[in-house]
Amino acid sequence: MIYTVNEAGYYGKFGGAYIPEMLYPNVEELRERYLDIINEPAFQQEFQELLHDYVGRPSPLYFAKRLSDLYNTKIYLKREDLNHTGAHKINNTIGQVLLAKRLGKQKIIAETGAGQHGVATATVCALMGLECIVYMGEIDIARQRPNVERMKMLGAKVVPATSGSRTLKDATNEAMRHWINNPTDTHYIIGSVVGPHPYPDMVARFQSVISAEIKQQLQTKEGRDYPDYVIACVGGGSNAAGAFYHFLDNQKVGLIGAEAGGLGIDSGKSAATLALGKIGILHGSKTVLMQTTDGQVVEPHSISAGLDYPGIGPLHAHLSDTQRGQFYSITDDEAMRAGLLVSRTEGIIPAIETAHAFAILTKKTFQVNDVVVICLSGRGDKDLDTYVNYQY
Amino acid sequence: MIQNRLTKLFQTSQQNILTIYFTAGFPQLRDTQRILEALEQSGADIIEIGMPFSDPIADGEVIQMSNQQALENGMTIAKMFEQIANFRQKIKIPVLLMGYLNPVLQFGMERFCQTAAQVGIDGFILPDLPLNEYLSDYKSLWDAHNLSNVFLITPQTPESRIRMIDEVSEGFIYAVSTSSTTGKTSAISASQTAYFARLQALNLKNPFLIGFGISDKASFRQACTHARGAIIGSAFIKMLQNSQDLPVDIANFVQKIKS
Repeated sequence: MIYTVNEAGYYGKFGGAYIPEMLYPNVEELRERYLDIINEPAFQQEFQELLHDYVGRPSPLYFAKRLSDLYNTKIYLKREDLNHTGAHKINNTIGQVLLAKRLGKQKIIAETGAGQHGVATATVCALMGLECIVYMGEIDIARQRPNVERMKMLGAKVVPATSGSRTLKDATNEAMRHWINNPTDTHYIIGSVVGPHPYPDMVARFQSVISAEIKQQLQTKEGRDYPDYVIACVGGGSNAAGAFYHFLDNQKVGLIGAEAGGLGIDSGKSAATLALGKIGILHGSKTVLMQTTDGQVVEPHSISAGLDYPGIGPLHAHLSDTQRGQFYSITDDEAMRAGLLVSRTEGIIPAIETAHAFAILTKKTFQVNDVVVICLSGRGDKDLDTYVNYQY
Repeated sequence: MIQNRLTKLFQTSQQNILTIYFTAGFPQLRDTQRILEALEQSGADIIEIGMPFSDPIADGEVIQMSNQQALENGMTIAKMFEQIANFRQKIKIPVLLMGYLNPVLQFGMERFCQTAAQVGIDGFILPDLPLNEYLSDYKSLWDAHNLSNVFLITPQTPESRIRMIDEVSEGFIYAVSTSSTTGKTSAISASQTAYFARLQALNLKNPFLIGFGISDKASFRQACTHARGAIIGSAFIKMLQNSQDLPVDIANFVQKIKS
């Protein structure tokens, strides 16, 4: 079984590029050039230097002793929360902004849910002196205010998406419309492993630094370069794609994703795409999405803005379809409790998105000698209001 | 060779072909048939029936609004086909269905083609259907039902791709006037004129119609100096939204443009 993207842009039956002609020249240019650009030694040198000196990579792989004792297994945390801007998102924005410059683009647009990708995009645009516009759902602007302020301070323009559910899906629609209207001077930095080919593969490659480092770090700490399990939260699925990437073909490694169950998968208020969705087309990609029997996209719900998305990257749809990956849905409540527990047990306040990954520990029992790596994708500073006001 | 009302129209009628887009189920769920009849009576040459979608990324605010309203009204592809089951008793002009791929896939592509052909539809415009996938998976099915597929091209579409699209099209090519979502209106610029001239000089086997940003008599006339005709969508939807008397207002709208 092949888990990476094929020549035509598909992961099994998922992926492709289902875009109107207005987007075709931009996406085609990207498809033709992304691999050549990424593989240029000069690009790699600049990318690696920025990851090292600016982002602060490699991020630590931390043995969480108290959490391990609690769950009677060996838990390592991949500390993406310690990256500059506080999440894994910047791995991708650094890569894409360098690519955009080589494509001669002067303006950058992005969509954002929790604001982490928006902040990471605004950050690299400030770093490179590029104009930046970030689309963000009106609801998310209200619930992730600290990140909105950060983006503005970094010089980005934050445009509210006011259509539909006014969350990540609608911000993505607006960003795509903006790109249609500005086809020549603008690059669209998609923040997750979603969208038309080559985005899912390109973003996964930029995020794959996560699993490349895990391999090296485990070699030192455990004397072998793979864990028994990797756990990550999945909205579109970029941190999961990065954490899984170098283990996709190693069947000894269990790949576990945590989807946002919202108020429960039967509640009508959920974002558990794989549990509730069906194959279809959203944002330029054939994937699993939450939809009515008539093919209208269902408005999702999650307490976490970053997971509040009715689709999922085609890689993850394929991992689920082939049963290479196991995906659990975690309710708002389970995630919030897990976030609180991690805060008090390890002294780390995780983003609510990431808290979904920790809730897997209450769902699945691991062996005492299992090496379990959890991708700690982001820190929870942005979520303080939600944490403080939640009725546990 | 496909033979339907659309291909026949371009064989007989030469110029100033007016195509009107509207969204099925807007403003009211049951308006679909009335709008079709009023358009035919008032002299429209081709009609595009829009199938509403929750996430129309190629559309501007006006058509987004009509899509959302139509969905709130309860419109679905199945309901649309019910509403137009007997429309060919009254309507003789070419009618196309336009929409995004996902609702069509959920309805089922074969069933979609069969039903469309059965009720008398002449072709489809599905802007997010990739050219390659159309050729490998669907073309023979559509050909078998005499259904035309209309592709979009934009000022950024390279000549080689335009030629490829021309090669596999039967009917017309939808020339998007400027790189934009629908409903952006402004006077036709020098660069657009150059683009249309470039298209004319390609001597394509298919005629092209100009769409996006065509809203009134002036822009329609101007487009028609470069192409066989033009397509109006958002401006028509805006008129429907404010209409108190659909047949009268539709007649006025069309006559003003055609006069």
